[in-house]
Amino acid sequence: MTLTATRQGRRSQGSPVPRPRGRRWRHALTVAVFLLPSAIPLTLFTLVPMAGSLWTSLHEWDLITPMRWVGLDNYLTLLADPETHAAFLHTLYFIAGYLPLVYAGGLGLAMALNRAMRGRDVLRAVYFLPVVTSWVVVALMWKWLLNPAAGIVNWTLGLLGVEGPGWWTDPSWAMPSIILASAWKDLGFVMIILLAGLQAIPKEYHEAARVDGASAWQRFRSITLPLLSPSTFFVIVISLINGFQVFDQVHVMTGGGPAGSTQVVVEQIYNLTFRYGRAGAASALSWLLFAVVLLVTLVQIRAQRRWVNYG
Amino acid sequence: MARRVLLVLGALVMLFPFAWMVITSITPAGSVLATPPDFTPDGANLDAYRRLLDTMPFWRILLNSLWIGVASTILQLVTSAMAAYAFARLPFPGRGALFAVYLATLMVPLQVLIVPLFIEMRTVNLIDTYFAVLAPTVASAFGVFLLRQAIAQVPKEFDEAAVLDGAGHFRIFVFIVVPLIRPALATFAIFAFMASWNSYLWPLVIIKSPEFMTLPLGLAELHGRFTTEWNVVMAGSVVSVLPIIVLYLIAQKQVIASVAQSGLK
Repeated sequence: MTLTATRQGRRSQGSPVPRPRGRRWRHALTVAVFLLPSAIPLTLFTLVPMAGSLWTSLHEWDLITPMRWVGLDNYLTLLADPETHAAFLHTLYFIAGYLPLVYAGGLGLAMALNRAMRGRDVLRAVYFLPVVTSWVVVALMWKWLLNPAAGIVNWTLGLLGVEGPGWWTDPSWAMPSIILASAWKDLGFVMIILLAGLQAIPKEYHEAARVDGASAWQRFRSITLPLLSPSTFFVIVISLINGFQVFDQVHVMTGGGPAGSTQVVVEQIYNLTFRYGRAGAASALSWLLFAVVLLVTLVQIRAQRRWVNYG
Repeated sequence: MARRVLLVLGALVMLFPFAWMVITSITPAGSVLATPPDFTPDGANLDAYRRLLDTMPFWRILLNSLWIGVASTILQLVTSAMAAYAFARLPFPGRGALFAVYLATLMVPLQVLIVPLFIEMRTVNLIDTYFAVLAPTVASAFGVFLLRQAIAQVPKEFDEAAVLDGAGHFRIFVFIVVPLIRPALATFAIFAFMASWNSYLWPLVIIKSPEFMTLPLGLAELHGRFTTEWNVVMAGSVVSVLPIIVLYLIAQKQVIASVAQSGLK
C-alpha cells in the first residue's frame, strides 16, 4: 500500500497528470481513434497531392510518358508567357466587374430588408434562392436567357428599340455575360451576410444621430458603413478567394472563348492538363494562383486594421 | 412603399430565370427558337422530359447526386466531429501543431490538388468510380474548425460529471457533446451537402461514364449533346433544381441563419 502511494507520488512530480503505463497507452489509442478518420483522408487526398503537385510542377509531364525534370522552368516559362498574363487579366476583369456589382446590390437589398415589413421573410428567401442553385444550372439558365438570336433578354431589348449584343458569342460581351450570371447567383449570399452585420448595429446609434440632426446620408456614412466593416471585410475576402478560382460558370458558358476572351486561370489549368498534356505547367500555374490568392488575402488581413472597425 | 415595390420587382427578376426555365422545358421542340418567344407555348408538352430520359440515365444521375451528397455529408459530420472532439477535449503532445496542419489544408484550393489526385486515382485504377468522387470529400478541415469552436463552448463541467459516473470519452462524445452541438452540426451539414450537390470540377475530371455522373456533370454533358435544343437542356435543369429547392423550402430558415452566422465570426 505505502509503496504504491510513494511510487505514484514520485511519478506525479515528473508529469502533471499521473497516469499508469497502461492508461497512457489507452489514452493514445483513444486520441488515434478520434483523429484517424479525418487524418487518413486528409493525408491521402490533400497532403500527399499537395506534395505531388509541387513535385509535378518541377517536371515536364504529359501524364503518359515518364516525367522529365526541368527544375523551375515551368514557373519561368509561365511567368514570361503572354497566355498566363492574359489568364490573370481575364480573372481580374471578372473580379473587377463581379465584386462591386454584388457588393452594391447586396448592400442595397440588405438595407431595404433591414426594417420590419410584411413579407420580409418571403422576399429574403426568394433573393437567396439562386445561392442554393448549382453553378452549372445557373450558367445554363443564363446562357439560354442571353442567347443572342432566340434569348428572351435580347428580345426584350428589341422591344425597347435596342439591338442586343451577341453576349457569350461576342468576345467583348462574353465576360460581362459571365459577370451578370455570377452576380445574380451570389447577390443573396452577400445580402444575408450584410443583413446579419446590419442587425448587429445597435439601433440607439441611429436614434442618437437622428436626434442630433444627422441626415440619412450622414448616418449611412458615419454609422452604417464603419460598423458594417467587419461584414464588408468578410464579403471582400471570400469574394476575392472565389473570384480568383472562378471556373464552373466559365467552363459551361464559354469554355474560355470566344477567341480566348474568357480564358481565366483555372480554365487555363484545366486545358493545360487535359487538353495540351502539360501537367507540369498546369501544376506550376496552380501554385502561382495559390501564391497570388494567399498574398492578396494576407494583404487584406494586414490592411484591415486601417479600415475595419471591430467595435 | 416605393421601397416595397422595388423589392418585389427585384424578387421577380430573381424568380424569372427559374420560371423561364420551366416554360422552355415544356415548349415543343419546334417553337423553342421562335422569335418572338412564345410565353404560352401552344401544345405545351413533356416531350423534352421524355427525350431527356431516353438519352441519359437521368434518374440514376439524380440518385447519384442524392446519395453521394448524403453519404458525403454524414461522413464529414462523423469524421469532423470526432477530430473536433480530440482537438477540444483530449490533451496530447503536438496537438496545436497538428491543428495548424489541419487549418493549412483549408487554404489549399482544389485546383492545386486536381492533377495529383487524378494520378493517384489512376494509379489505383479507380477512375470513373463512385469511390473516386466520394473519397476526397470524406474529411473536412473546415468542419473540424467549425465544430471545435462549438465543442469549446460546451462547459467542461458536463463531461466531468459524466467522468465521475464512469463514462469514457466515447460515451461523453456520443451522449453529451454531440447533442449539445446540434446547431453547429446542422450548419455544417448544410454547407457540406450544398458543396457536394454543386460540385463540378472534381467529378468532371474523374468521371467519364454517364451512370456514375452527378447532376452538374450530367447537365453539362447534356448541354454538350443538345447545344440548340434548349427545351431538353432546361428540362434537365428543372429536374436537377427541384430536389434542392424542396430541401431549401423545408430548411430555409436554418440555411439562411447558417450563412448569416458564418459572416459574424
